[in-house]
Amino acid sequence: MSVAAKVQAWLDERVPLSAVRELMAKKTVPVHKYTVFYYLGGMTLFFFICQVMTGILLMLYYRPSADEAFESVEFIMTTVPFGWLIRSIHSWSANLMIYFAMLHLVSVFFLKAYRKPRELTWVTGCLALFLAMGFGFSGYLLPWNKLAFFATKVGTDIAGSVPIVGEFMLRFLRGGDRVTGGTLSRFYGWHVAILPALMFAVLGLHLLLVQLQGMSIPPKIEREGKLRRPMRFFPGFLLRDLFGWTMALGVLAALAALFPWELGEKADPFAPAYQNIRPEWYFMFMFQTLKLVPGGEIFGIEYEAIPIMGFGLVGLLLLLVPFLDRGIVTRGKSPGFTAVGVIGVVYVVVMTAWGYHSLAPIWVVLATAALIAALGVGTYRPSMRGRK
Amino acid sequence: MSASLSTTRRRFVNWFLGTSVGALVLSILYPVLRFISPPKMPEATTNEVDAGPVTDPELAEKGFKIVRFGAEPVILIKAGENDFRAFTATCTHLECIVEYRKDKRLIWCNCHDGQYDLSGRNIAGPPPKPLTPLKVNLVRRGAGQPPSIVISRS
Repeated sequence: MSVAAKVQAWLDERVPLSAVRELMAKKTVPVHKYTVFYYLGGMTLFFFICQVMTGILLMLYYRPSADEAFESVEFIMTTVPFGWLIRSIHSWSANLMIYFAMLHLVSVFFLKAYRKPRELTWVTGCLALFLAMGFGFSGYLLPWNKLAFFATKVGTDIAGSVPIVGEFMLRFLRGGDRVTGGTLSRFYGWHVAILPALMFAVLGLHLLLVQLQGMSIPPKIEREGKLRRPMRFFPGFLLRDLFGWTMALGVLAALAALFPWELGEKADPFAPAYQNIRPEWYFMFMFQTLKLVPGGEIFGIEYEAIPIMGFGLVGLLLLLVPFLDRGIVTRGKSPGFTAVGVIGVVYVVVMTAWGYHSLAPIWVVLATAALIAALGVGTYRPSMRGRK
Repeated sequence: MSASLSTTRRRFVNWFLGTSVGALVLSILYPVLRFISPPKMPEATTNEVDAGPVTDPELAEKGFKIVRFGAEPVILIKAGENDFRAFTATCTHLECIVEYRKDKRLIWCNCHDGQYDLSGRNIAGPPPKPLTPLKVNLVRRGAGQPPSIVISRS
């Protein structure tokens, strides 16, 4: 008996591997013209794994205090071998992770993959996206540069303008009345301990549910019966996943090498803010909306608080989509939800473009759509072998 | 014929895949391994330190004091009226900092009861090597003032 066979026999006696093997052999992926969207979740997961790996590495040199944070990041960027690479990958991958999570959400929304029995998968997915944005917000402060300092002031101040609970939220987020070194330690705690713990729970449940339920087939495809022979997950789909991940790693490495993440200037609580101070791009549409609201108050509520509470409400509604969309249950379609989704996406993209005074966000979205369409058609058409 | 052709093709594809995956893994591991090994930090070299006046009350009372010598701790011992001695204060056993026991007239490491005599020689307990002695000079800084104790690398 060979060594590998011996090891396998030894493991088989102790671990119920045969069940896993059976599951792997049975798992299949439906093939149709929207199959390309099944890769988005896995791609988001890949960027998340990159975040965990590089984040753990950065902890080896990072020091979370107002006196040392900036200097320790500078040390990572200039002195530690490949430190610039690890930090730049962490920053780039964070942005790509949020972008792919959003694409994943949008595609699941339009393909109605949240319908019964996948309600909880949708809810855990939304929670994971909110957590990811929490990671982005808390991580932004950690280099303790001017941009991070003012962005955190503005961000926490926005939370503070909510009626009744605002004051508590502001103090809770800042760990006091002001943004100080105490806020930095607090954000660090959230970023490396509390949020990861929550994320592992939420994401674990999300991935488990996906395994139990399998991939959702879009209702339209199901109605029209335009299904090909399904693809085996192992090895076919997994290999395609891995190919995509390898490409993503190449893109990350190229971005990090060509555009290393800037560090800027050290935060100074007594220096004026930059011109055009901005949040991360995925908060831009909210930031821009707030800019449009005039000062003033009604019934003791500041005007500013109204859109903030509105965004909170939208977040809640997003979470509840599977329970609100009755049409997809009764009639198998819900054009109203599709329309609202289109309006939502257009709103976010246009407000982001306006916030930056640039058409770049629109080009990015169009280029993404074109790329996914090309991949979808390219992987669907030429092969005749998969036909039923 | 065709069988041997397809096996060589299979072998080529396997070789190609294997080396690609290997190269990918290496290109990830190399930066990570370099990253986790800390860079060497330049250390300012100290050659001389002023340990204060001979009349230092701490020195009179306890018979010793620990002096900062660059990044290293150094033990300064008052062994007699005008007899000052200095040694590296890091125990040669496991890097604890030693102290001077006036009553026993021994340099003592509390971690594992290592003992050194007043020449820095390891005489009992686990320390494998003697402490490194440093040079002590008394320097008069001005008229009417007590002399300063200056420690330097010998």
